[in-house]
Amino acid sequence: MKNNNLKGWLYLLPAILFLGIFMVYPLIDVVVYSFEEGYNFASQTYRGVGGYNFSYVLHDPFFLQAVKNTFILVIITVPLSTGIALLISLALSSIKPLKELFQTVFFLPYVTNTLAVGLVFMVLFKKTAYSDGMINLLIQAFGGSSVDFIDGPYWAKMLVTCLYTIWVVMPFKILILTSALASVNQQYYNAAKVDGTSKFRIFTRITLPMISPMIFYLIITGFIGAFKAYSDEVALFGTNLNAAGMNTIVGYVYDMLYGDSGGYPSYASAAALILFAIVLTITVINLMIRGKSNAA
Amino acid sequence: MKVVLDHLTKRFPSRDKNGSDVIAVNDFDFEIPDGKLIGLLGPSGCGKSTTLNLICGLEAPSDGKIWFGEDDVTNLPPEHRGVGMVFQNYALYPHLTVRKNIMFPLQNLKGADKLSKEEMEARVMKAAKLVQIDKLLDRKPSEMSGGQQQRVAIARALVKTPRVLLLDEPLSNLDARLRLQTREEISRIQKETGVTTIFVTHDQEEAMSISDMIVVMKDGILQQIGKPQDVYDDPANLFVAKFLGTPPINVFEGFVENGWVMIGDEKILEVGEVEDKPVWVGIRPEGFVLDENGPLTCELERVEVMGRDTSVVARHEKLAGETIRAIIPAENKVDTSKNTVNFRVKSFKVHLFDRESEERIYFGDK
Repeated sequence: MKNNNLKGWLYLLPAILFLGIFMVYPLIDVVVYSFEEGYNFASQTYRGVGGYNFSYVLHDPFFLQAVKNTFILVIITVPLSTGIALLISLALSSIKPLKELFQTVFFLPYVTNTLAVGLVFMVLFKKTAYSDGMINLLIQAFGGSSVDFIDGPYWAKMLVTCLYTIWVVMPFKILILTSALASVNQQYYNAAKVDGTSKFRIFTRITLPMISPMIFYLIITGFIGAFKAYSDEVALFGTNLNAAGMNTIVGYVYDMLYGDSGGYPSYASAAALILFAIVLTITVINLMIRGKSNAA
Repeated sequence: MKVVLDHLTKRFPSRDKNGSDVIAVNDFDFEIPDGKLIGLLGPSGCGKSTTLNLICGLEAPSDGKIWFGEDDVTNLPPEHRGVGMVFQNYALYPHLTVRKNIMFPLQNLKGADKLSKEEMEARVMKAAKLVQIDKLLDRKPSEMSGGQQQRVAIARALVKTPRVLLLDEPLSNLDARLRLQTREEISRIQKETGVTTIFVTHDQEEAMSISDMIVVMKDGILQQIGKPQDVYDDPANLFVAKFLGTPPINVFEGFVENGWVMIGDEKILEVGEVEDKPVWVGIRPEGFVLDENGPLTCELERVEVMGRDTSVVARHEKLAGETIRAIIPAENKVDTSKNTVNFRVKSFKVHLFDRESEERIYFGDK
């Protein structure tokens, strides 16, 4: 028995080593950094232990701007992208001809590099000395005045960011939802049809409850993913996100570590832990709602 | 409500481009009398489920018409036909309780048919009582046994008092004991409600035991329709004879010569005015009688005692199969010391079929 135990640990060793070095140790390190005040990276020294790092981060206007941006992004993109993905999946699963083609088209953003997509969005939205960008040309064609979406007003930049995020996260959601819709047994629909159920009622009373585990999965991972937004913003506005006023929490963490103002691992760790707390809270709330709707 | 199928045909387009259409239901033309329990019987792939879907309205026929009484329902969608359907896997909505499952069809009613909450509750209770699940209304389908789920499915089909009740393989998902119990249950519910009921099965015993009438199908073609006993006693062709009855009918390669049925050089039975030709000789297991001087000499394999009767397993070189199985009353003792056993046959348990067309050619006297 004892021998077996030893063997078991031996088998687990590669995983334990790997996870320990690359996950558990850095995690503990982040927590340690976040409480070390005045930590100096070069000399590896610190003044004392306390909550100053958190207080600094929470009073930093750049961080507050990043939190605001991130929350707007999350609140707009998660419900919208999930809803639109559901509509597209429903449409996809109710057509027969060209279904594969459409599925491929909708899946393309998933396999496309973020920066390449960013470039396309620049072409669409960026205002340069030579061109106003496709969208502005369209706006002008309809009699509106052009807007600088990339360097212009805050709402315009946020609009582009949201559009971009929705467009990037949608393929995965469509993929999950079309397979969830396909896995609903046809017999339920037949039974509902024999009973004269209206299309709307079939959707709300049969389809939605049947695919609800997948929808909840997408909402939870969607929230987590949106809170971690960073690369999309870089693709659109470049690395100096603070100057553009479009920074996100993860962006703030990165800047604190490596950006122009870099070299502050303690502030970065504190911001990362705040982000962790936010994501954890939202996820727990999600799970509670899910539990309640299950019991009902 | 009587159901009339009027030259009903359903063709499915072939999967590959140059193949011909698959005819699932080929020119069905018969009438199902009002208030009876009808079994659609056939091997898998014979078109029986398609027939049910056509009656239900889930599939549209390629040709022909369907009448419910005096109404032509051919082009009506399922919800306007007044049918209740029990699906093979019950198709109970897993996220709804039993009560909500049964209530579901009622909540779909619109306009003048709309029911108040109390009426719905009453109707649900009545249906649940009929199938004896009124104590389980607050459970989810996953918390019930297969037999109970089946009852819920029947209650859901009956709750809006359909004109025709359809059941697709109602017993195939149940174990042997439940199957016996449930088939009696279906028979009871059908008698209590008097609703015209059509059910599909591939199990001949199931169909024979509870149906008022059975419809035997093969490859989309109607083989025979009639009361179970009549179809068993007077099969229209070799397929029907083989399909009905356990143990199955014993089929021999034989011929008719000078008014006698011959198997090899053994004169089995005098049949009088039948043309001399090669035939298939079908003998029901209960058609054999032990007789030392009987004309049919078989090689004795073994004797299986079942209590009420005895099953004699034997071989014969002209048999179109592995072994003969003869059922004889238990009081007739087989002499197991000998290698052979002799039988004579009961003439009305012997059926002759044309060797080519496999159609019945001789109708034995009863």
